[in-house]
Amino acid sequence: MIAILDYGSGNLRSAERAFATSGLDVVVTSDRDVALNAKGLVVPGVGAFAACMNGLNAVGGAEIIRERITNERPVLGICIGMQILFSHGTEHSENAPLAGVGIWDGEVSLLEAPILPHMGWNSVESDAQTVLFQGIENESFYFVHSYAAKKAVGKAQSWTKHGEKFVSAVEDGYVSATQFHPEKSGDAGLAFIKNWTKSI
Amino acid sequence: MTLSVRIIACLDVTDGRVVKGVNFTNLVDAGDPVEMAALYGTEGVDELTFLDISASVIGRETTLDVVRRTAEQVFIPLTVGGGIRSVEDVDRLLRAGADKVSINTAAIERPELIAEIADKFGSQVLVLSVDARRARTESGFEVTTHGGREGTGIDALAWTEKACALGVGEILLNSMDADGTRAGYDIGMITAIRSVTKTPLIASGGAGALEDFAAAIDAGADALLAASVFHFGIHRIGDVKTYLNTHNYPVRMSVTR
Repeated sequence: MIAILDYGSGNLRSAERAFATSGLDVVVTSDRDVALNAKGLVVPGVGAFAACMNGLNAVGGAEIIRERITNERPVLGICIGMQILFSHGTEHSENAPLAGVGIWDGEVSLLEAPILPHMGWNSVESDAQTVLFQGIENESFYFVHSYAAKKAVGKAQSWTKHGEKFVSAVEDGYVSATQFHPEKSGDAGLAFIKNWTKSI
Repeated sequence: MTLSVRIIACLDVTDGRVVKGVNFTNLVDAGDPVEMAALYGTEGVDELTFLDISASVIGRETTLDVVRRTAEQVFIPLTVGGGIRSVEDVDRLLRAGADKVSINTAAIERPELIAEIADKFGSQVLVLSVDARRARTESGFEVTTHGGREGTGIDALAWTEKACALGVGEILLNSMDADGTRAGYDIGMITAIRSVTKTPLIASGGAGALEDFAAAIDAGADALLAASVFHFGIHRIGDVKTYLNTHNYPVRMSVTR
């Protein structure tokens, strides 16, 4: 079973439907035990970094994520759900970065680009070791964000450019993350989800 | 690695049916919204927009159901506009499966609504629909409400700048003069709005020939919305994308798997 962590963020219904296309059971939940014990945990997220961290803390989400990784149980962060896995973010708080969950040491900061948010379909350049992009190496995925991580973390990274290069996906053992929305990226996104559910 | 220009199909929905008119009048039936959304999804459309033009509460409920059923089978971004007046209206649509909402009249009447929605859900959910026409305002473009039927005297450029500062994530620029005419996007209007904002800009109104789509990109549009040319089969989604791809514009081409 896949659990989608409900912490008051985003369109969870389409995430639920998209992950269900993998054939696995999917629940949207904020229940600690369900989130801890599911085969895979998806951490979605839209909106601002601080608002997401507040929502996450209200359901004990940071501890759930850390505990799962310690127990070798897979986690997938999506969009802001990826950003909050870093140690800090500067959204609306440039002089005093906000603390994230801290799975990866690094900063999420504003993209330098002529048009923001970075909104729409963009391509992804994957590390040769990628598991999650197998069979969809040359396709586009749907992004909507203004902030991003710009330094490599984890075992394998994928990169995308909008104004400047940023980390569009991370594969790091039991924890993976995407800056794009696989649940909104059409057939390529569903193929990505299937690669993840097969890998866990 | 370049951000693709998005092709967006717009479905004007009233009482559970897609309709299309010229200059927002003379509406004719164009089909079932869920079926059409699924077909455009298969054809490789990059986003879908439902514009609810229902005048009744029952019509609005029907649209919620259309959004719900579409979101279950089409996994691309879905924007819903029409009649949104409060944070609660936005919440209801997002829960039904919308990814973004577009607002127009309510934001003009009460601009604080923009910040209220952006604070609660993030600016990325909020599309400002600017229904503009040529008129004697400072920039020569005036904002209209109620589907283009009522002028406001508000200058379209000044309004766009103000709304972007309040926190909209995207601008949907509809030319009321060009809507449904298939005579081409209003290039002068796109150029003027582009000059005052760094927010993503969707051009709408007037798409006819394939060259029209390219001209709107050249004028600064990040995305191109069309309705009647798709509904009435003048172009398929793939025709527009193939044309743009051939002319070296970045588009997402569908991959057969």
